[in-house]
Amino acid sequence: MNAHAIDEVCSFQEHSGALAAFWGDVGRNMGGNMRDIQVSEITETVARLSQEANYYLPEDVLDALKKARRDEEAPRAQKVLDMILLNSEIAAEKQIALCQDTGTTVLFLEIGQDVHLVGGDLTKALAEGVRLGYKEGFLRNSMVTQPFSARLNTGDNTPPIVHTDIVPGEALKITILPKGGGCENMSRLAILRPGDGKKGIIDFTLRTIEESGGNPCPPLIVGVGIGGTAEHVMHLAKKSLLRKVGEHNPDQEVADLEEELLELVNASGIGPQAWGGRSTALAVNIETHPTHITSLPVGVNLQCHSARQKTAVL
Amino acid sequence: MSKNITTPLTDEALADLKAGDEVLLTGVIYTARDAAHRRIIEAVGRGEAPPIDLKGQTIYYTGPTPPRPGHIIGSAGPTTAYRMDTFTPTMLELGTKAIVGKGGRSKEVRDAFVSHKAVYFGAIGGSGALLAGTIKKVDIVAYEDLGTEAIRRLEVEDFPVIVVNDIYGNDLLEQGKSEWKRTVAPR
Ligand code: SF4
Repeated sequence: MNAHAIDEVCSFQEHSGALAAFWGDVGRNMGGNMRDIQVSEITETVARLSQEANYYLPEDVLDALKKARRDEEAPRAQKVLDMILLNSEIAAEKQIALCQDTGTTVLFLEIGQDVHLVGGDLTKALAEGVRLGYKEGFLRNSMVTQPFSARLNTGDNTPPIVHTDIVPGEALKITILPKGGGCENMSRLAILRPGDGKKGIIDFTLRTIEESGGNPCPPLIVGVGIGGTAEHVMHLAKKSLLRKVGEHNPDQEVADLEEELLELVNASGIGPQAWGGRSTALAVNIETHPTHITSLPVGVNLQCHSARQKTAVL
Repeated sequence: MSKNITTPLTDEALADLKAGDEVLLTGVIYTARDAAHRRIIEAVGRGEAPPIDLKGQTIYYTGPTPPRPGHIIGSAGPTTAYRMDTFTPTMLELGTKAIVGKGGRSKEVRDAFVSHKAVYFGAIGGSGALLAGTIKKVDIVAYEDLGTEAIRRLEVEDFPVIVVNDIYGNDLLEQGKSEWKRTVAPR
């Protein structure tokens, strides 16, 4: 069916309820093959990821912590890094949470556009995965309702915060990021003036880290979003944390800014736990997006050293 | 070298502590964080006694994960201390002598540590699995309905902390930063 024909059907459809059923059939026939994924499979996956993410630090994070330990000059900071590494061994061995703050459960979904989710409601399936995973994994329930008044614990760490992207293909990728309050509470947004440029971004990011001190549990992974709109730039900052530690933004200009910021952050002297030292951050990850001619939004989302995340592809 | 100190902390032990000292705590400490603090302060405001006698005690800001079967506690590291800043001067007035948390304190709270001759210890945030191993006994003593935020009496052995704010007004965060800060040549 060519574009002209589709237009005709569409305009005709507005006048004819009867054709809607026919049009649905045409759509199905044109759609090609959809891959069915049962939502129960999603529930099981989220439950498993909740536990694995909270017991085992990702390899890239462990490697970065070991490197920081090798490069660290401050004796106290060396001890802190040793304890953090020892903690990760104990958590993995005993299968207990790396940190008692097992976070707000942030879920990133990349849904292939040829995927058809069947067998239930996706939102409920994701929440059920969190509920099961946190219960069976002996993880802490940290979510409260009525945030400014009663603050009642939901009792199962639900609801998760869910971000979805529709992408080509027929796979479903789920990444869990249990995000602790200590570091999440240090998130900051600034809408700079375009003229503030790179210097404005550097100053704002460094100020955010200075003011946060020990609260976000350095050494940090510093997530920075630049561009877009107010809400999108915070999303970019969070999303940048999904990148492996040590990987740079593919855009050389952005990668250079990551390097420059990392050097400046680690010259601050804040160090692990803000007790002094060189390793204040393991990485600075920046994601950018085109923005409006009047704007230069910058978002900062700090990730503590307990940089837990885990991905599965269905 | 770490100093071995038993709780409750004596005035002599407190006088001997300087910002940056590494300490291994042994004895009883009590957990309390946001919700328990609010309740204690509200009770005191109504003229009631706090649910535990705070005189000479050590308060640990933590909300542990549930224990696995066969364990007494789950992961139990420190939570961010500044959230308790508004409550801390009252807690010190009620006799608290030491607090364990993570991150810095406000100027007002640092001054209160000096005037009440009390200390603020830092424990390593994100080391809850390791710290749990130093906790030998756990009893919920108040506000059980608060779940993870209930007040627990912990018996600890060689619980590793560092002095962040001592009774002389020193601050480890300031000291550490000024010692290790360096200037970077502009690009
Ligand atoms: S900031 Fe991270 S490491 Fe620190 S207490 Fe929170 S979750 Fe744990």
